[in-house]
Amino acid sequence: MDFNDTPEQAKFRAEVRAWLADNARLPQAGRLVRDMHLRFDEAKQWYQKKAAAGYACLDWPKKYGGAGLTPVHKVIWSEEVEKYTEPDDYFVIGIGNCGPAVMHFMPEQRRAELLPRMASAQDVWCQLFSEPGAGSDLAGLRTSARQSASGDWLINGQKIWTSGAQNSDYGVVLCRTDTSVSKYKGLTMFVIDMRQASVTVKPIKQMDRGQHFNEVFFNDAHIPDENRLGEINGGWEAALVVLMNERMAITASVPDGFAEFLKFVRRAELAGTPLREHPLVRDKLAQWYCLHAGVKASYYRLITAVAQGGVPGAEGAIGKLIAGRMNQEIADFSLQLMGEFADLHEPAAATDDGYFQDAILYTPGIRLAGGTDEIMRNIIAEQVLRLPQEPRVDKGMAFEDIPGG
Amino acid sequence: MNFDFSEDQKLLQSEAQKFLQQQCSNDLVRSVMEDGERFYAADLWQKMIELEWPGLAIPEQYGGHGLGYLELCVLAQALGGSLAPVPFSSTVYLLGEALKMAGSKQQQQEHLSDIAAGKLIGCVAVTERLGGSIHNLPDSRVINGKLSGQKAIVTDAMCADLALVSARNANNAYSLYLLPLDQPTVTRTPVNTLDPSRPAARLQFDGAEVEPLGAGGKGQQILEEVYDRAAVLFAFEQVGGCQAALQMGMAYSRERFAFGRPVASFQAIKHKFADMYVAQEIALANAYYAAWALASDAPELPLAAATARVSAIDAYFLCSKENLQAHGGMGYTWEFDCHLHYRRAQHLSVHLGGAPTWKNQVATELLATKTAKEA
Ligand SMILES: Cc1cc2nc3c(=O)[nH]c(=O)nc-3n(C[C@H](O)[C@H](O)[C@H](O)COP(=O)(O)OP(=O)(O)OC[C@H]3O[C@@H](n4cnc5c(N)ncnc54)[C@H](O)[C@@H]3O)c2cc1C
Repeated sequence: MDFNDTPEQAKFRAEVRAWLADNARLPQAGRLVRDMHLRFDEAKQWYQKKAAAGYACLDWPKKYGGAGLTPVHKVIWSEEVEKYTEPDDYFVIGIGNCGPAVMHFMPEQRRAELLPRMASAQDVWCQLFSEPGAGSDLAGLRTSARQSASGDWLINGQKIWTSGAQNSDYGVVLCRTDTSVSKYKGLTMFVIDMRQASVTVKPIKQMDRGQHFNEVFFNDAHIPDENRLGEINGGWEAALVVLMNERMAITASVPDGFAEFLKFVRRAELAGTPLREHPLVRDKLAQWYCLHAGVKASYYRLITAVAQGGVPGAEGAIGKLIAGRMNQEIADFSLQLMGEFADLHEPAAATDDGYFQDAILYTPGIRLAGGTDEIMRNIIAEQVLRLPQEPRVDKGMAFEDIPGG
Repeated sequence: MNFDFSEDQKLLQSEAQKFLQQQCSNDLVRSVMEDGERFYAADLWQKMIELEWPGLAIPEQYGGHGLGYLELCVLAQALGGSLAPVPFSSTVYLLGEALKMAGSKQQQQEHLSDIAAGKLIGCVAVTERLGGSIHNLPDSRVINGKLSGQKAIVTDAMCADLALVSARNANNAYSLYLLPLDQPTVTRTPVNTLDPSRPAARLQFDGAEVEPLGAGGKGQQILEEVYDRAAVLFAFEQVGGCQAALQMGMAYSRERFAFGRPVASFQAIKHKFADMYVAQEIALANAYYAAWALASDAPELPLAAATARVSAIDAYFLCSKENLQAHGGMGYTWEFDCHLHYRRAQHLSVHLGGAPTWKNQVATELLATKTAKEA
């Protein structure tokens, strides 16, 4: 048990610190843009900058555009970059979720073509899983892929909630290839070129006014067979690789609002009493710190286990489950503390550039994206604790016979 | 960074678990709980002495093994899981630590050697009244080496030989003393407790012989440091308890059928277990961090210990009460073992001062330090 940096890690930290001091921007009051969509260009520049300096995808092999380092180096990087305002996790969907699938399923030559461009954000990727009729019950999806005589595939159907699709060059798409077998057995996963004319992207306006997610329509869209990820009708196993990596990536990057809350508590007051002295506030501060510290420490345990050769399991669900709820509760409690002033959603006037006003409006999305809170609990119960599944009405039925809602 | 116990430490833990599974059945726990004359499981304690557990973290010069806190942590987790009704925490985490921290050479020589040899059981006597804690000046008083006053509840006092007692000295300064319990000027009266598997006594002192531990006036400071260390070890016991309670609940609900299916397949029950698991894992992760802080004598210890303690208190209450709930009516019977964990959770959570005290410490530490990130 050792929590300190090794000499090698300490040296890496010092290098990173020095590089960031010269290259990253500190937050400036009143200037913060939190809308994901509006930060796209900024994010692309930042990724290219860190790729040029050798800091992209720290734990990927060098031949794929990474730095050939370990997850521990990634943690060190995150701890250092947190002080800055750079959109450092912006392309997490591609790099965190799609990248590992490409690495796992594609032949060497395709990996070498695709991954370095993903690492430096020259190419942007999205994840095309959810559909209007299939979210939590992802395996109920209907977008069809049909193989033509040449071996290539034609895609028809619709995806929804696809984050960043409007800016994406590629997507990982899960399709139905056989309706005559059970719903998990007839799926196949592909990499699709998003720039073709037969793919149409329509932004959806979010409740927080952002426009980061989209509807995506496929009208005879084309995928060469070399872009298939895994076996034909083996798409569910392939999707699980993506989903498992997604939970890991989310655990490492999902904001929980604690740092902002602590900053607020240090500064503000309630009816003349500094918040830092208010027993109700101190109670919450302690409670949330315990969760914040616990999620961080569990992540370190996970990384240690991975470094020792373990495979990350469903434990990643813990971090997502806690952080999403906590961020929403922190936002709510902080707004309550501000009283009527909290209603003012004007970055220039509000506390901390309106962080809590923004957070109360975006945190509902965190509890849904990447699997809802309820699904996270199902995963923990069934995959970690191995409790029996709910009886399922569609069990053993061919997909085409399952009644839809 | 390596955030795990070593292979040796894990081996110690699994050996300890195996031993306790064989030697510490819930029947044994009940034998202490249901017999007002038995104040601990003496046979089990004897076997633990044969395994040399009390001296695990006592320096070799006093006959101990000279191992570190991490070994104690893994042991504590096994002890908590088995509900062992023995005075291990009082003797080792509390009295033993106080001696290591503040004892004179001679006190250490005498008492640490006895603890390591299994010849001494300890306890700590601090609480005098409702609202009393280690943070208030005690009313008990020592004048000319003679202690008078009382302590309202002292866990393990009925079986202990030596007590660590807080009292004011002749100058009204908060001080600590070592009190041999076997003297006519000390009256021990057994009291009923929420967790009768961890018996306690009321103590009355009428001019009892004591000797000071540490400098006069330093009592609170020493106790706070001892409690920070003990909090980490208690957290491991509590997490051990969480794990046992969760396993118990899941095992029962897999077997129990309702509406034609195992109760464990109902989502309301599964989500309950998922929440218990999450709380347990968070508490365990915080305990790991605190174990590191303890073992490496890091300045983060007061924050890390309090964090581990708060998470462990919350997690064990959750796991023990929801385990009981998952058992239905059976859970509410004396016969079933759910209440053993439910009671132990209460005992462990208040023993070192309850959650509000430790939450307050978390807040104070957080607001006092500026992390590098905020600076
Ligand atoms: C901000 C945001 C970004 C997203 N980005 C992407 C993306 O990039 N790519 C992508 O593919 N998808 C994306 N999604 C979609 C997301 O994964 C789904 O919204 C989510 O999985 C839930 O599916 P649904 O919306 O169809 O809700 P439903 O599945 O209809 O769920 C409705 C309610 O029923 C509950 N429920 C459903 N099944 C169960 C069950 N078995 N047990 C208990 N409760 C249940 C749910 O928890 C929820 O409360 C995004 C979503 C959001 C909000």
